[in-house]
Amino acid sequence: MTTQTATPLSSLGGFLTGAGRILVILLIILVAFSVLRFDSFVSGANIRNIGMAASILLVMAVGATFVIATGGVDLSVGAVLVFSGVIAAKVMAAMGAEGWGASLVGILAACLAGTAWGVLNGLLVAKAKIPALVATLGTMGAAQGLSWIIAGEDLKDVPMELGDTVGVGDFLGVPMLVLIAVLVTVVGGVWLRSTRFGRHTLAIGSNVTASREMGIPIARHLISVYALAGFLAGLAGILSLARYGSTTISGHATDNLSVIAAVVIGGTSLFGGRASVFLTAVGVLIPASLENGLIMVGLNTFWRDVMVGVVLIVAVYLDQMGRSQRR
Amino acid sequence: MSGAPLLEARNIVKRFGGIEALRGASFSIARGEVVALMGDNGAGKSTLVKTMCGVHRPDGGELLFEGRTIRFDSPKAAQAVGMEIVYQDLAMAPDLDASANMFLGRELKREGFAGRLGFLDKRTMRERTRNALASMQVQLKSIDAPIATLSGGQRQSIAVVRAVTWADKLVIMDEPTAALGVAQTRAVLELIGRVKASGRAVIIISHNVPDVMAVADRVEVFRLGRRTARFSRDRMTTENIVGAITGAISTEEPKQ
Repeated sequence: MTTQTATPLSSLGGFLTGAGRILVILLIILVAFSVLRFDSFVSGANIRNIGMAASILLVMAVGATFVIATGGVDLSVGAVLVFSGVIAAKVMAAMGAEGWGASLVGILAACLAGTAWGVLNGLLVAKAKIPALVATLGTMGAAQGLSWIIAGEDLKDVPMELGDTVGVGDFLGVPMLVLIAVLVTVVGGVWLRSTRFGRHTLAIGSNVTASREMGIPIARHLISVYALAGFLAGLAGILSLARYGSTTISGHATDNLSVIAAVVIGGTSLFGGRASVFLTAVGVLIPASLENGLIMVGLNTFWRDVMVGVVLIVAVYLDQMGRSQRR
Repeated sequence: MSGAPLLEARNIVKRFGGIEALRGASFSIARGEVVALMGDNGAGKSTLVKTMCGVHRPDGGELLFEGRTIRFDSPKAAQAVGMEIVYQDLAMAPDLDASANMFLGRELKREGFAGRLGFLDKRTMRERTRNALASMQVQLKSIDAPIATLSGGQRQSIAVVRAVTWADKLVIMDEPTAALGVAQTRAVLELIGRVKASGRAVIIISHNVPDVMAVADRVEVFRLGRRTARFSRDRMTTENIVGAITGAISTEEPKQ
């Protein structure tokens, strides 16, 4: 026996001082606002608000966790969300903008459009060897521009069936948006942790040369990872369309930064190789609860941006310190 | 020994553009033998090894495995006959644990439906890793820690154990002790002895004469893209080896 598993208590302690420390920060934020404004902050309606605000971002952040785990980045997610929403709205309008038939085709169209952009990103990064930052900056501009060209103005052709259920509806008292985001997070989290796909994702991010030498198909895998991120941005596109009843073309210019911030705050290393989808969810909830709580206590919500900025920098600083200590 | 060498290279030529890295290089190793491949920088050691295990295609010459002419079109083909190379950079993912690295690119999936979904059989991989490490008497601080947290010697040991696990005939090591301290070097040299005892042949590329003298059965010295000297155990002296590396001694027939 070379090793012994740590006792549950000390491994929990290790988790909370290590990767899980961000969970502690979230708890501190929640407790602080609860103490300051218990009635309004801890009310069911408010928890709902926070959840719904975070859901769409979280769906994209799950995909971004895989991308960043490979050591890459995807700046195009917000624009792909918009583009997918526009395509879905166009398709649904052509089908009369009502009924479940049109809604399902719209969902499919959004996911396909998103996946197509993702595959393009993957090809540019893995085959054409263009740095991810540049490749996805390019597709971001292209997707945003094409959205305006195709739509002309914000489209509002959303079937009521879709808006009333997925958009603002509940299932067993929980908003559908939140349920979908939780489902995506759980599936993504288990997939990253427990499957060969997840293992290869982390291996490529940790050491791409070694992964190649050991026979992992790098290009094919990277294309799949970017395709996954694109697919989830497409899904986020239809969710956003369902929730707001509009394609909100100009409303997602900084989604990519919010998503990357959430992933990195969650402890996923920008250098690749270490990632947790579940902690990404915490990374999404921190800005969401800050924004909400700051309004409650009557502070300017711009403080959220300041605080998120600080948390982000501290998270990356701690990651780098951890790395240099190990060398 | 049953006649033919395990692996033999005859008059291998390898060019990169206008540069002739190997100019009729020959090399041979018998079953269960530990042979050190020595020579100055640029002598062609790494190129020869990479040509022998399918990374490079030779431009001339012949490769024989167990007496038969063979062509490796890829590293996979060399792996398939029981050869593994331990790269100088170890080919390890530092953020992953020992078991993930042992099975890197060869992950085991679970039985049945879960396996078809891509779920890993982590328990079996961990168990086999533990057994493989134990069989080579490699002790780790923790089998579950990212290997970046282990010492250089422990990382090197995992890389060697991985190669041994997948190669039942020949393990090639590129400078296995170059980055290690004294105690760690001794541990890796002892490990090489255990690899030999397990019946596998070992090729070690090294610059370190004392290390080579400690573990090698024979030395083959390369200079300017071809073999210039061979020493069996009884003629392996620092003087002979250094003389051959610098070109003062040659035991081979000069090429026409």
